[in-house]
Amino acid sequence: MTRSLTNIALFAGVACLILLTGFTSSWNSALLIINMGLISAIMAIGVNLQWGFAGLFNIGIMGFVALGGLAAVLVSEPPTEGAWGAGGFQVIGALLLGFATVALTVFVRAKTSGRLQTIATLVILIGGFFLYRAVFDPAVEAIEAINPALQGNLGGLNLPIVLAWPVGGLLAAGAAWIIGKTALGLRSDYLAIATLGISEIVIAALKNEDWLARGVKNVIGLDRPLPNEIDLQQDPAFIEQAAGLGLDPVTASTLYVKLGYSLMFTAVLVLIFVAAQLALNSPWGRMVRAIRDNEVAARAMGKDVTARHLQIFILGSAICGVAGAMMVTLDGQLTPGTYQPLRFTFLIWVMVIVGGSGNNYGAVLGGFLIWFLWVQVEPYGAALMGFVTAPMPDAWWLKDHLIESVAYMRLFTMGLILLLMLRFFPRGLIPER
Amino acid sequence: MTDFLNAIVALSNFVLIPGLAYGAQLALGALGVTLIYGILRFSNFAHGDTMAFGATMTILITWGFQAAGITAGPLPTALLALPFGILATIGLALLTDKTVYRFYRTQKAAPVIFVIVSMGVMFIMNGIVRFIIGPDEQRFSDGERFIVSARDFKEWSGLREGLAIKTTQGITVVVAVICVTALFYFLNKTRTGKSMRAYSDNEDLALLSGINPERVVMVTWIIVASLACIAGVLYGLDKSFKPFVYFQLLLPIFASAVVGGLGNPLGAIFGGFLIAYSEIFITYAWKKVLVYLMPEALEPSGLVQLLSTDYKFAVSFAILVVVLLFKPTGLFKGQSV
Repeated sequence: MTRSLTNIALFAGVACLILLTGFTSSWNSALLIINMGLISAIMAIGVNLQWGFAGLFNIGIMGFVALGGLAAVLVSEPPTEGAWGAGGFQVIGALLLGFATVALTVFVRAKTSGRLQTIATLVILIGGFFLYRAVFDPAVEAIEAINPALQGNLGGLNLPIVLAWPVGGLLAAGAAWIIGKTALGLRSDYLAIATLGISEIVIAALKNEDWLARGVKNVIGLDRPLPNEIDLQQDPAFIEQAAGLGLDPVTASTLYVKLGYSLMFTAVLVLIFVAAQLALNSPWGRMVRAIRDNEVAARAMGKDVTARHLQIFILGSAICGVAGAMMVTLDGQLTPGTYQPLRFTFLIWVMVIVGGSGNNYGAVLGGFLIWFLWVQVEPYGAALMGFVTAPMPDAWWLKDHLIESVAYMRLFTMGLILLLMLRFFPRGLIPER
Repeated sequence: MTDFLNAIVALSNFVLIPGLAYGAQLALGALGVTLIYGILRFSNFAHGDTMAFGATMTILITWGFQAAGITAGPLPTALLALPFGILATIGLALLTDKTVYRFYRTQKAAPVIFVIVSMGVMFIMNGIVRFIIGPDEQRFSDGERFIVSARDFKEWSGLREGLAIKTTQGITVVVAVICVTALFYFLNKTRTGKSMRAYSDNEDLALLSGINPERVVMVTWIIVASLACIAGVLYGLDKSFKPFVYFQLLLPIFASAVVGGLGNPLGAIFGGFLIAYSEIFITYAWKKVLVYLMPEALEPSGLVQLLSTDYKFAVSFAILVVVLLFKPTGLFKGQSV
C-alpha cells in the first residue's frame, strides 16, 4: 500500500473509532471526544513544530496552555466594579516597578564590572523586590477584599471570548519569548528542565494570584460564543426544527452547541494546519529542518540558529496558548487546580510521538487517536477488569481493589503505548517524508 | 540575650533543622539522578516515580509488619521494611533496564531519545503506583514522634520558643550520612566503584581496559534504585506519602543535580542542601525570628515572608537558571554532553 493510502486508512480508522462511540454510547460523548480531539490536535501541531521540525525539547506545554486559559478570563469577564479603583492601577504599577528593577539590573550590569557589579546587582534586586512588595501587597489585598465570594479579582475586558484565542496565543508567545531568551542556548535536557520549571511556576501563579483570575476559587460561567442550551430549549423555532429531525429538544440543543464548537475548532485547526504546512514547505521551513539535522553545518552556511530556534519556540508555544484558550472556552471555566503535567504536557508528547514527529498530519492523527484512547481506556479497562475479576469471590479485597483502581489504567496504557511506539515504530504512525 | 537565644531557637526549629532533613532527602534523590546521568548519560524523568514506587512497596511491607505486630520500638517500623522495599525497587529498575533501556543502549540512541523513553517509563510507574496504593495520602510512620519535643525543650531551657526535633528528621540525616559515606567508599575504594567512575569519565578508554559495560550499568541501577527508594521513604516518613508529590519533587531534585554539576556526586549533595535551604529561607515567614531581634519600634507588621510557599518551585528554578546561565557545567565541575 502506498504511503498516502495508509494515511487515509489511519485517519479513517480513527474516524471509525469515534463513530463507534457515537453509535454504541451517545453522540454527545462522540462530539465531546471530537472537540477535545481538535484542541489536542492543535496542541500537537504546536509541539510538533518545536520538536518534530526544530528538535526543541519543550516539556512546559502545560504552562502555555494555562496562559491561554488565563487569556480567556482576562478577555471575556466583565471588569469587577471598583477593583481598578481599589488597586488595579497600583498592581500594574507594581508590576512595572518589578520590570523596571530587572531592566535597571541589566543596565547596571552592562556598565559596571568586578565586585562593584555584584554589589550593585544585589542592592538593586533586593531593594527593588521590597519596594515592589510594598506597592503590590496592599493593592492585592484591596482587590481581593471586593466581594470575595464571587469576585475578588480584577476581572477582564468584557469582550467576546473568541477574541481570547489570539490573545491567549500572544500571552503564551510573550512567555515563550522570555523563556527562549534565557533558556534556548542550553542543551536539550537542560531546556527540558527549564521549561518544566516554568510551567510549574505558571500554574503556581495561577493558583495563588487571586487578584488575577481568582486562583483555586476558579472562574466559572465564562462567556460563550454559542447560545446556551437552556435558551435553545425555550426557543419555539428551535424545538420545531428539532422535532422535524425527530430529536427531543434537550438532546438536540446539546448536540447543536457541541457541533457549533466542533465547526469553530475545525476552522482554527485548518487555519493553523495550513499555515504550518505552508511555512514548513517554504525556504524558512527547510532551513529550520536543516538546523535540526545538522546545527553546525547550518551555522557554517551562515544561518542564524539562535534566532530560528527562538522563532519556532515562540510560534509553537503560541499555538499551544491558542489551544488553551479554546479549551477554557469549551469548558466555560478556568480551574487552575486541574492543570497537571501528565495530562497537559506529557500526553501531548505521546500524541506527537505516536502520530509521527516531523509530520503535521501525524500530529493531528496522534491528537485524535490518543485523546480517544485517553477517554475510552477507562470504560474499556473497567469492562476488561470486570471480565478478569468475574471468577473472583464477591467482596474479596483484591477484587474491590482492582475494580477501584481501573481509573489509573490510562496512565499505564499511555506509557505502554509510548514505549511500544518508540521501540517498534520510532518514526510514528505517519513518518516524516 | 534571651531574645537572641529565642531567635536562634526559632530559627533552628523552623529553618535549620527542617532544611537539614529536606536537604538530605533532595541530596539522596539528586545523587540518583546524577549517577544515571554520569553512567547512562541521560536525565531520568522517571526518577521521582521510582522514589514513589520504592516508598509504596515499603509502605505495604510496613503495614504487613504492623499487622503482624513487628515494630522497631521507638523507631518507625518503615526502617525494618526498607530493605525489602529496596529489593523491590532494584527489581523494578533492573527489569526496566532489561526491557526498555538496553535496546536503546545497543542502538546508541541519542540522549534525548532516552529522555523521551524515560517519560514513558514515568507514565507506567505512575500508573503502577496509583494502581497499587491509590492517589491518596498515606500515613505509615509510627514509634516515637519526637527526639526532642518542643514542650520538654521549653521546660528545660526556660525560653519562650520551643525546639522540636522529629524522629523522622533525625533518621533522615543519619540514614543520609550512612548512604553517602557508603556510596563514596564504594566509588573511591572498591574495584567496581572505580570502574564505574572510569566508565563515566571516558567510556572508550574504560571499554578498552576491559570493563564490562553491562555490569557497570547494572551496578548503577542497583545503587540508583536503592538511593531512590531510601529517599522516597525518608521523604514520605518526614512529610507524608502522596504519589503526586514525588513527581513534583523532580524539579528540585533536578535543580540540585544540575546546580552541583550533573554527573558529580559531591555536587549533587551540595546542590541538595543549597536548594533546600534557599526554598525554606525564601518561603519562611521571618516574623517569628525578627520579633526577637528587632527593637520594638521596628517590629515587622506583616509576616515578612518573601514568597508564598507555593512558589518554592520558583526558587529552585531561579537558582537553576542563574547557575546554568553563568556556569553551565554546575558549581562543581560536571559533565556536559
